[in-house]
Amino acid sequence: MTTSKKKTVFLAAVLILVLAAAIAVDAALPSYHIVIKVIKKGTVYALVAVSMNLLNGFTGLFSLGQAGFMLLGAYAYGVLTIPVAKRISVYQYFDGGAIQFSLPEIFESFLGKTVGTTVGMLLALLVGGLLAALMAWLIGLPVLRLKSDYLAIATLGFAEILRAFFQWNALGPITNGSNLLKSYPDFEHATSYIILAGLMIAFIVLLINSTYGRAFKAIRDDEVAAEAMGINLAKHKRMAFIISSFFAGIGGGMLAMYNGTIAAAPFKSAMTYEILLIVVIGGIGSITGSILASYLYIFSAEWLLRGLDSGKFLFINAPAVFKNGFRMVVLSVIIMCIVLFFRKGLMGDKELPDLLGRRPKARNKEVVGK
Amino acid sequence: MQQILPYIINGISVGGQYALIAIGYTLVYGILRLINFAHGDVFMVAGLVMVYATTAMPIYAAVPLVLVVTVALGFVIERAAYKPLRTAPRMSVMISAIGVSYLIQNLAFYVTGGVPQPVTNPIPWISENVEILGASTKRVTLVTPALTIVLVIALVYLINHTKIGMAMRAAAKDFETAQLMGIKINAVISMTFVIGSFLAAVGAMLYFTNYPSVAITSGGMPGLKAFVAAVFGGIGSIPGAVVGAFIIGLCEELIKGVGYTTFSDAFTFALLIVVLCVKPTGLFGEKVTDKV
Amino acid sequence: MSANVLKVENVTMQFGGVVAVDNMNLEVNEGEIVALIGPNGAGKTTAFNVITGVYQPTNGAVWFQGEKIVENHPQGKMKKLYKGQNDGTYTHVLAPTPDKITQMGMARTFQNIRLWKSQTVFDNVLIAKHCRTHTNFLSAALRLNRKEEAAQRAHVEELLKTVGLYDVKDELATSLPYGKQRRLEIARALATEPKLLLLDEPAAGMNPQETDELTAFIGEIRDKFKLTVFLIEHHMDLVMDISDRIYVLDFGKLIADGTPEEIQNNQRVIDAYLGVAEDA
Repeated sequence: MTTSKKKTVFLAAVLILVLAAAIAVDAALPSYHIVIKVIKKGTVYALVAVSMNLLNGFTGLFSLGQAGFMLLGAYAYGVLTIPVAKRISVYQYFDGGAIQFSLPEIFESFLGKTVGTTVGMLLALLVGGLLAALMAWLIGLPVLRLKSDYLAIATLGFAEILRAFFQWNALGPITNGSNLLKSYPDFEHATSYIILAGLMIAFIVLLINSTYGRAFKAIRDDEVAAEAMGINLAKHKRMAFIISSFFAGIGGGMLAMYNGTIAAAPFKSAMTYEILLIVVIGGIGSITGSILASYLYIFSAEWLLRGLDSGKFLFINAPAVFKNGFRMVVLSVIIMCIVLFFRKGLMGDKELPDLLGRRPKARNKEVVGK
Repeated sequence: MQQILPYIINGISVGGQYALIAIGYTLVYGILRLINFAHGDVFMVAGLVMVYATTAMPIYAAVPLVLVVTVALGFVIERAAYKPLRTAPRMSVMISAIGVSYLIQNLAFYVTGGVPQPVTNPIPWISENVEILGASTKRVTLVTPALTIVLVIALVYLINHTKIGMAMRAAAKDFETAQLMGIKINAVISMTFVIGSFLAAVGAMLYFTNYPSVAITSGGMPGLKAFVAAVFGGIGSIPGAVVGAFIIGLCEELIKGVGYTTFSDAFTFALLIVVLCVKPTGLFGEKVTDKV
Repeated sequence: MSANVLKVENVTMQFGGVVAVDNMNLEVNEGEIVALIGPNGAGKTTAFNVITGVYQPTNGAVWFQGEKIVENHPQGKMKKLYKGQNDGTYTHVLAPTPDKITQMGMARTFQNIRLWKSQTVFDNVLIAKHCRTHTNFLSAALRLNRKEEAAQRAHVEELLKTVGLYDVKDELATSLPYGKQRRLEIARALATEPKLLLLDEPAAGMNPQETDELTAFIGEIRDKFKLTVFLIEHHMDLVMDISDRIYVLDFGKLIADGTPEEIQNNQRVIDAYLGVAEDA
């Protein structure tokens, strides 16, 4: 009991610290500052990585459809929040588009500026999540019957179909075809991102530690045994798929928010790969691992290794080598080293608070039997 | 007929190019049960090397160079990224493949500076225009299917009538037993990567002749489509991959012909999902059952 | 005689050309311990897999507590083979997945232990309680099901005490010695609150002392949880000790059934086990 209490206190302390730091950073720095940007993007990636981990790490379903669900969330957010007055310029090739309302503006009219806009934005995110969940529900039934690598390729293919669909000119009045969606609102403060993503990650953690989460883990460990013990495989796999997609959709909406523009092109398989690799770096089956890895990855890619792209890094001046793209080469080499030599990633399947308490006794015992 | 004929000819040609890539997937999957996500990127690298090599040296030196570099790349990928994970769970190997794909794309971005490299008539002979049944097309559209069929026949001969071919069949049937029977499994696996990369290099040289440039993402789509072809034909089966590739190439070009270019990619994946759900073993695949 | 809990009716299981189970008929009555024995490869586990819904039988039906739960009518080749016998009896296919059958009140263990490897002993049993939860995922995640969760945890602790694994409840399941892993599998099956317990070689790999303990244990849990037990076993001591009745399977066919004494003296059973020259 004491260990579990200690863990809770530790977790609470970390959360308060993070929140305090975020508020302080928000107060001290302007919103375009690189630190704020790194925190925002890292937070979005943390949410998306955790949602992918729920499926790939905890349920053992190797799905590569993440980018597709994020795309849905991103478009839903953009389409629903662009101010009506700006639609004519955004949808310039489609006569201002088919949709002539904006959720933040609707709520603004009776809830006031700050509250109304926030509610509208949150609602748009929620719609994106629900759309992604609906899509997951639709394709889940046929696709989830497939075994490991077939599932991977089918979900990857699904994401590609979705991308083609959103670039289709006939849908232009809604999606703006292959043109950008822009001019929609964003949360100014990194704290808003952290609270929003934090709440959702907290929900996922609670779910994983609930009876349903345990059922997911049982499916991952041994499907046959899980089914024999009364766990409905189809239902639970689908549930994990839908929940994961829901949060991926919201994550996609938040990514759109952060980026300021939406196009279908970036939501390709490379994005899914990136997120998957973050999950691997953090440790497949560790939530805190995914979160840490997300921040670490974004921090390295956007800031720490920036010099590798612009000629100067750690006081070494070599413009011939350190040119555009070198930082991603370095990052992917590091990732490959982790994939090959540190397969457990940062955290293995443990969580940060676990490092405090004792491990399950058996860890350092000989394994008897097989 | 006159209107769709060019699309049919094109379709057969594209199908041949897909077939050359698809064989790489199917061979590797047959033995390692691994979807080699990096194969499409190997294909892209072959295209880049072709662009660089043909501008720097005469054609008779450039073509062999492209083949050698691509084969070496395939070999190195297997040794560096897949061999260390021989005993690891399948998921780890798949992740490694995805990591390699990511690495190659980033490397290519670094080398090219992110700028698509223009393809300027690399191999003049196959780019010449010829007339066929009243339709004008590049010679490559005729060369591709012929070359594909010759290569496939050679490959089938290799697999059915040589020692290394027998070893490959044995390894595909039962990896562990083959190993116990004294087959040098690593040599066999390297061989499959060498063959796969070689065919991908040939495919790349034919494929990119038809395109204005090679970009770092150019490998992704044809790679995935070739993979779909391999699944459609029944993964692990060479004739399956070839037939699947031709069917997909044809359908795609016909869809373009009807005017739905946006959906020619989507069609391939819709086909994939349908095939996987209806008949996961594909046209010619073997049935695998799990033991309880 | 009390009502039968399990009835297997004309069940045939064919894999391609191999007939693994050939027209099997058997009954297990309430409160009984019944054993299914036979040489290796006789089709015992296949029979279990049909009963628990892992395989859909090529032909035949399974009844559980007076209700037909699995049924398949003859198809294709089988149609000729079984025509006449049950012609027209089976009109539809009933093929629930294993989880449905478990929820009906049948639970099993596996011949090659299948515990959830990354989970502790306690969690292995707790997960098996999942099929008896009534909360949806939202209230479970938001912890609105504390009462149910607490009751389940209490039940699991009690179960672990009954099977003697309470002191190792926080260890990883796979770190237990073999015998205890088998007990854990039984505890896990019991957690699903079954009426009928199917044990697939529960004593495999156990030494004589452990086997004796297991024999007593199976009797105990039968009485304590008011179970009916159907088991596959190779340890004849155990089988003869605890079984009320025994069925003998050879090459997919039932060749004998009866009390342990009857089976011990049955010439066909002896032949099947010792082998008999074809021309003798």
